Amino acid sequence: MSIVETSAGDAKNDAEGRFQPHLLGRRTPIAIVSAIATTVPAIAVIAVLLVLFSKALPAIKYNGLHFLTSSAWNPGNFYANPVVTNGVEHPILAKYGVWPLLTGTLESSVIALIFALPLSVGAAFIVAKKLPPRLRSLAGTFLELLAGIPSVIFGLWGALTLGPILSKHIYPFFAHHAPNIIFFRLFRGNTGNGEGLLTSALVLGIMVVPIIASTTRDLISAVPRLTEEGAAALGFTEWEITRKVTFPWISAGVIGATVLGFARALGETMAVAMVSGAVLGTVPHTIYSTYSTIAAAIVTQLDSALTDATGLAVETLAEAALILMAVTLLANVAARYLVKRVSSTSLPIGKGL
Amino acid sequence: MSYEIRDHKKRSASRRIANIVVLTLSSLALLVVIAPSIWIVVQILREALPHFSFSVLTKNGVGLGGGLRNEIVGTLVVSIGVVLLAGTIGILSGIFLAQYARGRLASILRAASDILAGIPSIVLGYVGYSALVVGFHWGFSLGAGVITLSVLVIPYIAKTTEVALRQVPINYIEGAEALGFKPTRILSRITLKTALPGITTGLIVAMAISVGETAPLLYTAGYSQNLPKLTLTHSPLGYLTYAVWTFYNQPTKTALQLSYDAALVIMVLILLLIGISRIIVAQTQRHAETSR
Repeated sequence: MSIVETSAGDAKNDAEGRFQPHLLGRRTPIAIVSAIATTVPAIAVIAVLLVLFSKALPAIKYNGLHFLTSSAWNPGNFYANPVVTNGVEHPILAKYGVWPLLTGTLESSVIALIFALPLSVGAAFIVAKKLPPRLRSLAGTFLELLAGIPSVIFGLWGALTLGPILSKHIYPFFAHHAPNIIFFRLFRGNTGNGEGLLTSALVLGIMVVPIIASTTRDLISAVPRLTEEGAAALGFTEWEITRKVTFPWISAGVIGATVLGFARALGETMAVAMVSGAVLGTVPHTIYSTYSTIAAAIVTQLDSALTDATGLAVETLAEAALILMAVTLLANVAARYLVKRVSSTSLPIGKGL
Repeated sequence: MSYEIRDHKKRSASRRIANIVVLTLSSLALLVVIAPSIWIVVQILREALPHFSFSVLTKNGVGLGGGLRNEIVGTLVVSIGVVLLAGTIGILSGIFLAQYARGRLASILRAASDILAGIPSIVLGYVGYSALVVGFHWGFSLGAGVITLSVLVIPYIAKTTEVALRQVPINYIEGAEALGFKPTRILSRITLKTALPGITTGLIVAMAISVGETAPLLYTAGYSQNLPKLTLTHSPLGYLTYAVWTFYNQPTKTALQLSYDAALVIMVLILLLIGISRIIVAQTQRHAETSR
């Protein structure tokens, strides 16, 4: 067992059905108590949805559909007398929009995967195919360590070490040499102090590497040897075997792990809050721009939102949390569907450590 | 004839080059993947060790300085609370899912556990805040923090327990049955005993998560510079991740040092936990090989 749990190894045991439930008493006290304990996650999910929805309801009424498309994040004037609109009490001039947060969440996670996926698959390929057993377990230990490093420490490192180095030595090169044409234009402009979209996406990418790499490694090791040996006997090189035999065999699982990594990146909070610059209300216009994500906005804004006597600021954060949950849930369901196609027991890999 | 041979050689050269290029790039990828974990650990050591004094471990925090005793004790109290609460519920639910649950109901309960594992930790923190801290009038408290974190880790413990139980060889159970063991006795004496290493590593992972989590605790456990009160409500307490998050961008140098000191203590605890789980796994593997 490791901190990075993977889904590939358990498939066989489950399929063979080693456990025969009829051997064990169904009406024993332990059966009843454990059945009750098993309802806890279901109750928790229902409670989370109920609390969020009831909290968010006034905000949904007040913010309306504009919430999805507007870029404003203006809590209004807390000191003037509150006003009532649509039956909701709110500070005068309050206006909220989740669009910059939503795009920030999606953009940073997509960029993170662009880095993480090739790195993870390459590393997994070497670990599974080329390293001697001793080094393989050492590499596994490093992946485990990477998975075990808390989000807040990634944030500390990203904000005080990685960000400043990149913005001083690496980003200016791209900023000066990127051509002023579509797409590459995003790399031009002020590189800031290292807090921003690209740095936090890099940190997020490093954080999801263990999820994708360890799953890919286990999937590669689980490919039946005979099919690969057959390809080798036909004179394929290692790369050809990998490309034509191994990858097609494991692709669904790798895509599943990638989407799980995506879901983790979407909900990642502390590291992003520390490395993004935590700026609300603007959509990032270059790859170095400061921005924020929904998760980071909740953790950085809740404190000040509590000073809104009408409660609208706190309720708006609940509405944003609902949107974040919908997006991550979608990603998780998709990932589990893909992982299930290759293995029957899927562990909850890749949830915030 | 000669043309064909040359063509074949040319193609095999390009194939070999492609092979070498891919292997080189993949090896580089492995290095890039491994580098950050070493870099982060080294960076924390470099920043924390030159100023480190053991008084940091024995003094409470004062303003933006002082020590980390309140945070260290707080982190330990929270982790133990989570292991007790989430451990009990998670292990029981793992037993149910592995042994008793069949059919539609089981798949619904399993799906609920999976959905819970996919909820971002800050969302749980928000819900813990509005339901427990405000709704139940518990205030920032040990109880609210432990319950929120427990909800986060129960799916892990349930899943690792379930997997560990499923890996118990059926011969063990059939043997026990042949000897006339009762079902409950089989569960306690054979199944759980054999699955114990797996279950323990699941608990250790849960503990590592509790040590490292921040988002679910910030608005449930609050913060205090005193040693934690051991009451469940109205008992705000400090924890190490709070120190990292709050002190890293404060204007004073002592605050930054405290932030790195807290990061160092967190990493030591996590490395310790990873080490223990490795030892358990190694021991079990050795045992498994000799008994075969």
